[in-house]
Amino acid sequence: MDPQAAKYIGAGIACIGMGGAGVGVGTIFGYYLAAALRNPSAAQGQFGNLIFGFAVTEALGIFSLLIALLLMFT
Amino acid sequence: MDPIHQFEIKTLFTFGKIGGAEIAFTNSALYMLIAVGLIGLLMIGATASRALIPGRLQSVAEISYEFVSNTLRSTAGTEGMKFFPLVFSLFMFILAVNVIGLIPYAFTVTSHIIITVSLALLVFLTVIVYGFWKNGLHFLKSFVPSGIPIYILPFVVFIEVFSFFVQPVSHSVRLFANMLAGHITLKVFAGFVVLLGAAGWLGWLGAVLPLGMTVALTALELLVAFLQAYVFAILTCIYLSRAIHPGH
Repeated sequence: MDPQAAKYIGAGIACIGMGGAGVGVGTIFGYYLAAALRNPSAAQGQFGNLIFGFAVTEALGIFSLLIALLLMFT
Repeated sequence: MDPIHQFEIKTLFTFGKIGGAEIAFTNSALYMLIAVGLIGLLMIGATASRALIPGRLQSVAEISYEFVSNTLRSTAGTEGMKFFPLVFSLFMFILAVNVIGLIPYAFTVTSHIIITVSLALLVFLTVIVYGFWKNGLHFLKSFVPSGIPIYILPFVVFIEVFSFFVQPVSHSVRLFANMLAGHITLKVFAGFVVLLGAAGWLGWLGAVLPLGMTVALTALELLVAFLQAYVFAILTCIYLSRAIHPGH
């Protein structure tokens, strides 16, 4: 196989990992919204935790995107 | 049309050579200076009048101060307020650099990993140095959570130590990759406008769609620019709180 073609296929496969991060981020915001609707007065206090969880989860998706970018452009 | 071309570092002028390495003033350095100058002007100009009822400019400075100090106080406690200058500088710098980078033809400083790694290592080394300076060897206790059964404790300690050393990697790569990916996406959609526009009057009609997408993406990138600055600041607070309260 042409090495360049193998690189592009690898970049595509690496992007599958972003799907997992999508599930994780969706879960975080979904549960936050569900909990915020149950108890709106406590929601504002948990905003920092929400962003922290979002950042930690999103990092994993970003790592797979980074692998894809490295395969594409280096 | 190459979407990577916008991240190219150009040398504006050189100062000379130190040990074979060229010391140059690049467009990256220029945009960092612009960002620092804008923040300095904003903060000095906003606090010059010191009115009891703040005007628009003073409100911007006060709101950004309140925002960062509330974040720091809620995550690292009142003891963490001694790190307020560090966290506030990081937040304002990254926010200014990200937003300036959204201007067409401007250079995004945070889209280079060397910049974000430097900032993340600054935070990482601050945590280590301050943690050992304030707590001594007690700082190592933060890697040993209490209330864990003894037979899985080595495994938990291994994970804690490993995640501590991965912190600067994820801290820097998150900011860098978000800015890089966002700007590549913008460039790719802007490229569709040019490609369709070259195809005649039918292409002009079709080019409205990617143009609208570019506008929407720019709005999203503005949100991301702010959110990533906030995420960087809040993670800095959380890492610092480990050095301040190692027992938790």
